[in-house]
Amino acid sequence: MSSLPIPTAKQEAWRYSDLDAVASVWPTPPAEEIHVAAGESLVRVIAPEGGADAVVIADYVVDVAAGGRCEFFILNTVGRLGRITIDVTLHDGAHFELGGTIIGGGTQTLEIVTIVRHVEPHATSNQVVRSVLAAQATGSYLGQIAVARDAQKTDAAQSVKAMLLDRTATANAKPELEIYADDVKCAHGATVGELDKQALFYLESRGLPPAEAKALLLQAFVAGAFVDLADDAAREMLEGRALAALEALL
Amino acid sequence: MLKINNLHAEVDGKPILKGVDLTINAGEIHAIMGPNGAGKSTLSYVLAGRPGYEVTEGSATLDGEDLLALEPHERAAAGLFLGFQYPVEIPGVSNLQFLRTALNAQRKSRGEAELSGGEFLKVARAQADGLGLNMDMLKRPVNVGFSGGEKKRNEMVQMGIIDPKLAILDETDSGLDIDALRVIGEGINRIMRTPEKGVLLITHYQRLLDYVQPHFVHVLAAGRIVRSGGPELALELEREGYGAIAA
Ligand SMILES: Nc1ncnc2c1ncn2[C@@H]1O[C@H](COP(=O)(O)OP(=O)(O)OP(=O)(O)O)[C@@H](O)[C@H]1O
Ligand SMILES: [Mg+2]
Repeated sequence: MSSLPIPTAKQEAWRYSDLDAVASVWPTPPAEEIHVAAGESLVRVIAPEGGADAVVIADYVVDVAAGGRCEFFILNTVGRLGRITIDVTLHDGAHFELGGTIIGGGTQTLEIVTIVRHVEPHATSNQVVRSVLAAQATGSYLGQIAVARDAQKTDAAQSVKAMLLDRTATANAKPELEIYADDVKCAHGATVGELDKQALFYLESRGLPPAEAKALLLQAFVAGAFVDLADDAAREMLEGRALAALEALL
Repeated sequence: MLKINNLHAEVDGKPILKGVDLTINAGEIHAIMGPNGAGKSTLSYVLAGRPGYEVTEGSATLDGEDLLALEPHERAAAGLFLGFQYPVEIPGVSNLQFLRTALNAQRKSRGEAELSGGEFLKVARAQADGLGLNMDMLKRPVNVGFSGGEKKRNEMVQMGIIDPKLAILDETDSGLDIDALRVIGEGINRIMRTPEKGVLLITHYQRLLDYVQPHFVHVLAAGRIVRSGGPELALELEREGYGAIAA
């Protein structure tokens, strides 16, 4: 059990959250701790299930030893609040990979919050997040990257794209860089867009009803977050559940 | 088959079509020529139902059914096919997956049985072979990284798979090399030149009409059809330009 005081909107990591929902389950269980030994690799697939009223808060603290590799693939679609946080520490030459998808509608608040700590040289991280938001949903990706003074040759990339199906939906994409080394590559890209109207018309002109045309485009959009998942069965499971979540929005 | 009556349409509040009349009977191939900006593509978009193209007057029916009252996908199911002047690239969506979904959606809405994966692949392979498009290209995302000519071939493969009643082909010949032009021309004849189908070819050049001989040629200028004739009209235009006719 966490003895921490209940979060407030003043804290950067909580400012877009649904604090009433948080209060209803506070204090949350302690974070799951994951250690990846030197040279080992680990893949985690996280896809919470639950009803519309569920409050899902799942925290992970990950330590990846030298030359290790850790991959997280997340499908965040469930509940009134769905919040997944990962705090990763990367040692010499370690790698962290995140493929995250947020799909939400109604008044859902869905969040992926990461802190990637490059504490030694040559560590790399790559984070890809795709969000599809409808109605009054709020989807947030808060991605902090901290590069320690002697973590030279750090390579940290973030690609964040959100698609809004309604003007009333909100996407937040906050990268936060804290860099104390000087030989560092950090690439960040964030876009918020709407469905390509030309592509939609092209598909519809071939006979696809609008909902199916949209589903096809959105499926392709979110698939970008799962392409690097090597386990075919796990990837198909995520894609299938993502499609079901998308169809529920259309 | 297609009956267009006094059709007026505007885009962004700007009138583009100003009273188009055109009838295409089953078994007929019509060509529309006309200067840049005349409204040829606009006519094709209005018939296919592209959002943003507003009909302000007139009517268009396909086999008696009011086309303008239908959604774009319903027009497709009713038998209308538009070959785009600029086919759209769609990253991440495979041609085959998209076409199979589209074809089955059409069949379903007509009360026909859906094609299985195997049946569909057979149809797709036959059409790709007939039009000289590598099957591997059909597995790739829709038009992404295709050359201009490959995109046009892909449009015709799609037409072959969908097998429409009425095809509107907007500058399908532009961007094609000499050999591709022949293959596409023969493809159009093979797929569409039958007694129960109709074609509206939009083109700037006689060279396509050498392969796909039209029954009628029309000149669209400033939003209206200003002259109609037989195949000889295209030759006359090629010799004399639009100046005398469209002025
Ligand atoms: N969104 C728009 N807003 C304003 N004008 C438009 C818009 N779209 C098209 N137009 C205008 O409508 C007119 C007709 O365009 P259209 O594309 O139908 O011509 P076209 O006959 O197909 O020409 P081309 O031979 O060059 O393909 C042009 O003057 C064009 O600028
Ligand atoms: Mg045009």
